[in-house]
Amino acid sequence: MLKLEAVNKSYNHSREPVTALHDVTLEVPQGDFLSIVGPSGSGKSTLLLILGGMLSPSGGRVLLDDRPIYSLTPDERARVRRENIGFVFQTFNLVPYLSALENVQIPLFLDGADEAVQKEKASALLERVGLAERMDHKPSELSVGQQQRVALARMLANDPRIILADEPTGNLDPAMTREIVQFLVEMNREGRTIVMVTHTPEAAKSAKRTLRLEEGVVYE
Amino acid sequence: MRLRTLVWKELFERKNQVATGFLAILLGITVIVAIKNTSFYSEKAVARELDALGANVLILPKSVTLDDYYKADMQAEEIPEEYVTRLAASDIQGIDNLSPKLSVPVSVRDRQFTLTGILPKNEFQAKAAWKGAGVFSRPQGCGVVANVPGLTPSAPQETLVRKRVIETLERNQVLVGADAASFLRLEEGDELPVLGKTFSVTAILPETGTVDDSRIFAHLHAVQELAGKGPVVNAIEIVGCCNEISKGLTANINKLLPEARVVTIRQVVDTQIKTNGMMSRLSMVFLAIIVLVGGASIANYMYANVFERRREIGTLMALGSGSGLVLKLFLLKALLIGVGGGIGGYLVGTVLAVILGPRLAGVPVLPMPTLLLWAMGISVAITLAASYFPARRAARLDPSTTLQET
Repeated sequence: MLKLEAVNKSYNHSREPVTALHDVTLEVPQGDFLSIVGPSGSGKSTLLLILGGMLSPSGGRVLLDDRPIYSLTPDERARVRRENIGFVFQTFNLVPYLSALENVQIPLFLDGADEAVQKEKASALLERVGLAERMDHKPSELSVGQQQRVALARMLANDPRIILADEPTGNLDPAMTREIVQFLVEMNREGRTIVMVTHTPEAAKSAKRTLRLEEGVVYE
Repeated sequence: MRLRTLVWKELFERKNQVATGFLAILLGITVIVAIKNTSFYSEKAVARELDALGANVLILPKSVTLDDYYKADMQAEEIPEEYVTRLAASDIQGIDNLSPKLSVPVSVRDRQFTLTGILPKNEFQAKAAWKGAGVFSRPQGCGVVANVPGLTPSAPQETLVRKRVIETLERNQVLVGADAASFLRLEEGDELPVLGKTFSVTAILPETGTVDDSRIFAHLHAVQELAGKGPVVNAIEIVGCCNEISKGLTANINKLLPEARVVTIRQVVDTQIKTNGMMSRLSMVFLAIIVLVGGASIANYMYANVFERRREIGTLMALGSGSGLVLKLFLLKALLIGVGGGIGGYLVGTVLAVILGPRLAGVPVLPMPTLLLWAMGISVAITLAASYFPARRAARLDPSTTLQET
């Protein structure tokens, strides 16, 4: 489903060349739950952004369903993301001036869904993550755990086949971490493919397999 | 949710930051609407005053100078009355009023007066209509004050003195200048024998302090008949639009009447052009300042807004938004600020003009609804133009960079 073929990523930092990923070859089949661990700065987030079609590799190919995604224009890649991929961020990245319901509506709005359909689906998703009573609350009026649950509901709005989670439990307490991990396991059982970057051993253990990334090199 | 929901909510979320840019546009439009509204009525009032100075173009016989005309306007040479028909039926732009004149000396009760024959406007309007077209078939009022709300129109009996034109005059009627009426002890409705014909005094003209005060005005054709002259006149006075004069009205009349001498009374024309020019230059200066200050303020706000919303833009892109939607997000916001600034500026500017106009310019000022469209057009054009580059920058942001920033 998702394939990386000899992917390299390097950039300049203070005029010094830095290699973020070195010759990474990786295959993520449909229904996989892959966790990627490694020290800070090892290239985990870079790998996730490349998988999501948001950061062009310096070399190599990234294939989604055997189609190279970086041969598409940025707007075509945006459409591919909208139709196939859901992102979860460590810092949630909720839009601060919108309510929980409106935040969940965003992917549906981007997909051109009717306003009534947007509201109906967004409400159902917020109910699923246990936030039926907080739909009209803005992110600043929600706890950290509630914010991440809104982000999870938003990620599910377009029913993505692939979930890319960048340290989704990084800002959460252990109880909340368990809850979110359990949620991701549930998503995987539904048949969704999950790639999760994490520092948390408990979260990594819940994945079907784990890769270690050190200085841009992947170790099984 | 729709695009406008996103824009509207963001505007209110950061209303204090929006306020600066919005105020710059609002104040700018306020100032320019107030100036335009006041200057419109002020220009009309000035034009009305200048109108009293009379004609600004004269058509004389070839050998007659302006001095000759001012000394007596009874020079021996004459021009055919047919010139009036040619002018009235022509398609020359910028003629507001025509006044052909034939003056002859007359003695009434042992005193010398000037009997001046004039052609009432209804007669040459009829001539023009009879020819099927002409200067009076078009809307008039470009050089003089037509009916402007707030300004009292001239009394009918003053139109001859002020505009050198009278609408109707029968062949047995006369209008008598103030001095002549005083000496002859005439009142309206009296009878006055002149050159063997008895006329009815239709009106006593108000005092002007000019040679007109000792004139007796009668129908041109009656004067031609009594003086034993054919269809001729001494001069044709024209009130022309000053802008058209500067664009070549005189040359066009010369082309139409090559045998006559066409003289422009520069002082009158120059004063009108200068007054109108000053007002329009003042408006242009303010417009330039507003475009610069308002545009810079909006552009500055928009750049800051794009910078502040980098992560939000990155998130939208990660969720599948294309660059076009991001561009629309910022341009729609600019449009809303522009429409708000235009409407607000029009309302405040109109209130200011109506309240302060009479005190500053000494003329009554009324609201001008046409300025609303003008204000909105300018305001929206400024905000959209100033926001285009910030919006384009937002649309070109690299989502991976914005999402990796902490």
